[in-house]
Amino acid sequence: MAMSASGARRAGAAVVGWLRTRGGAIAIFALLFLVWEAAVHLTGVKEYLLPPPSKVWTEFWRKHDAIAGAAWVTTQEILAGYALAVVVSIPLALAVAYSRFMEQAVYPVIVFLQIIPKIAIAPLFIIWFGFGFAPKLLLVFLLSFFPIVVSSIAGFKSADKDVMDFARTTGASAWTMFRKIRLPQALPHIFTGLKVGAALAATAAVVAEFVASDRGLGYLLLQYNGQLDTPMVFATIVVLSLIGLVVYYAVEIVERLAIPWHVSQQATAKDATL
Amino acid sequence: MTSLRIASSRAASEAAAVDGAAARPYVDLAGVTKVYRRAGREDTRALDRVDLAIRDGEFLAIVGPSGCGKSTLLRLVAGLHLASTGEVRVDGRIVDRPQTNLGIVFQSPVLLDWRTALSNVLVQVELRGLDPRAYKERALRLLAQVGLADFTDRYPHELSGGMRQRVAIARALIHDAPLLLMDEPFGALDALTREQIRLDLEALWLATRKTVLFITHSIDEAVLLADRVVVMSPRPGRIERILDIHLPRPRGLDARRSPEFTQATEAITEIFLARGVLHGTATPIGKE
Ligand SMILES: Nc1ncnc2c1ncn2[C@@H]1O[C@H](COP(=O)(O)OP(=O)(O)OP(=O)(O)O)[C@@H](O)[C@H]1O
Ligand SMILES: [Mg+2]
Repeated sequence: MAMSASGARRAGAAVVGWLRTRGGAIAIFALLFLVWEAAVHLTGVKEYLLPPPSKVWTEFWRKHDAIAGAAWVTTQEILAGYALAVVVSIPLALAVAYSRFMEQAVYPVIVFLQIIPKIAIAPLFIIWFGFGFAPKLLLVFLLSFFPIVVSSIAGFKSADKDVMDFARTTGASAWTMFRKIRLPQALPHIFTGLKVGAALAATAAVVAEFVASDRGLGYLLLQYNGQLDTPMVFATIVVLSLIGLVVYYAVEIVERLAIPWHVSQQATAKDATL
Repeated sequence: MTSLRIASSRAASEAAAVDGAAARPYVDLAGVTKVYRRAGREDTRALDRVDLAIRDGEFLAIVGPSGCGKSTLLRLVAGLHLASTGEVRVDGRIVDRPQTNLGIVFQSPVLLDWRTALSNVLVQVELRGLDPRAYKERALRLLAQVGLADFTDRYPHELSGGMRQRVAIARALIHDAPLLLMDEPFGALDALTREQIRLDLEALWLATRKTVLFITHSIDEAVLLADRVVVMSPRPGRIERILDIHLPRPRGLDARRSPEFTQATEAITEIFLARGVLHGTATPIGKE
């Protein structure tokens, strides 16, 4: 009972805190749109070169059905690929961090593969897996996977030597030490990777749709571009950004709930440097 | 040469064991040498043939110059490092793995960032598989004793360096282990807090009579706290001298004014002067 009440209060506080820290950024965006609108009207620049935000909005509203359908397709690709990346990379990171063999055999491979520009692989995926859902999912997976796995490995290996020495004087089992020390110590690193991965997921989905697709926002973007329907190009980009943003902040909110101590520690550090 | 020493000291400790448990030292180092080996680097001889017996219920302090192997000695007793040669025994048993029947305070606080002060104290019992709820009262009392009554729900990053170290001290005491190992626990404290917590530690020790191994840079602190002060030589660390301190307890603020205090601190200073750890005349830093 008391636990859930305090949990709810913590969640509430997290959301309020988030709004407070992001308020300034929202204001700057609003200002940017105003300047953009005014600039377009004052200079009389052609609409197909730079449409004013108001035009983007009216066009978007007119064709929002098409966009909504495509957005749903792309969102599914992002979520599925990202979820797969999370589910695969964290256990793999655990194995690499705790098994000498996995570290020697797998870690160098991960480091090497990480250097390959993954987007360059997209055309290959089309050859192998066709035009459907699979190649998109795989590219999202591939792009999200590496930052998550690399920072999770760093996290699991980051255990402070003195803390571990203290723990050894308690006779705690390996599992207890993992649960009470290594895992919480790794979480900030893991979340760093999760956020980078989330930011890359939307990019990956669109690139995969660019390469070969008949649906999704990437496909739509190319269509509108070909028709010189610049307002709709902008509208699609905005929707795409919003999807990316929502995914990213969803992860950030989970981070706030999971490791509030770390987030407030960073806030304190920031205050101190200001 | 070394093996001969081990043999003779082992014979001595076995003889002591025959005398009965009361005479047996609680911590016993016999011919202990510690060499740190690192591939591609010169070996570091941190401790050289150290013989030291800490009696049950004794407060023993070690002073010595930086790098002389004090922390190494403490880690050997805790079983966090193993001796290169020689034998370390705690409560009669050979130390060949990390010891659990003790409380330890490191040179830095080593708290868990994600736990409040109270929870950082309780992690000691949690890791031991005990029920933290049963220890909550005691943890709060200990935190109050180290002057943190109002800070029990603060996270480490919200505490000052000295406060963090006090949390670490409470954490070392919560499970009431018979042996307390403290590695320069007051190093990060200001002079006033340091004096206060010194008084509190003595009171606590008088009440519990744990065996304490207390490492410090401060000659004054060693003399004010300990039954015996071990003076160590510069690296490789050897025991230079062991002084009995006969100051009456409790040693309050005025203990510093007693002639015994002055005598003991001067004797230790003399040793450091003779060993070149201290120089009688000052040379400004930076001058050749
Ligand atoms: N893990 C280690 N690996 C290699 N060398 C070490 C290690 N720990 C300590 N040493 C070396 O052993 C020597 C003694 O170190 P130790 O930490 O015991 O000194 P100390 O007396 O505690 O010094 P201080 O008072 O500065 O804390 C030093 O020369 C140090 O470089
Ligand atoms: Mg030390």
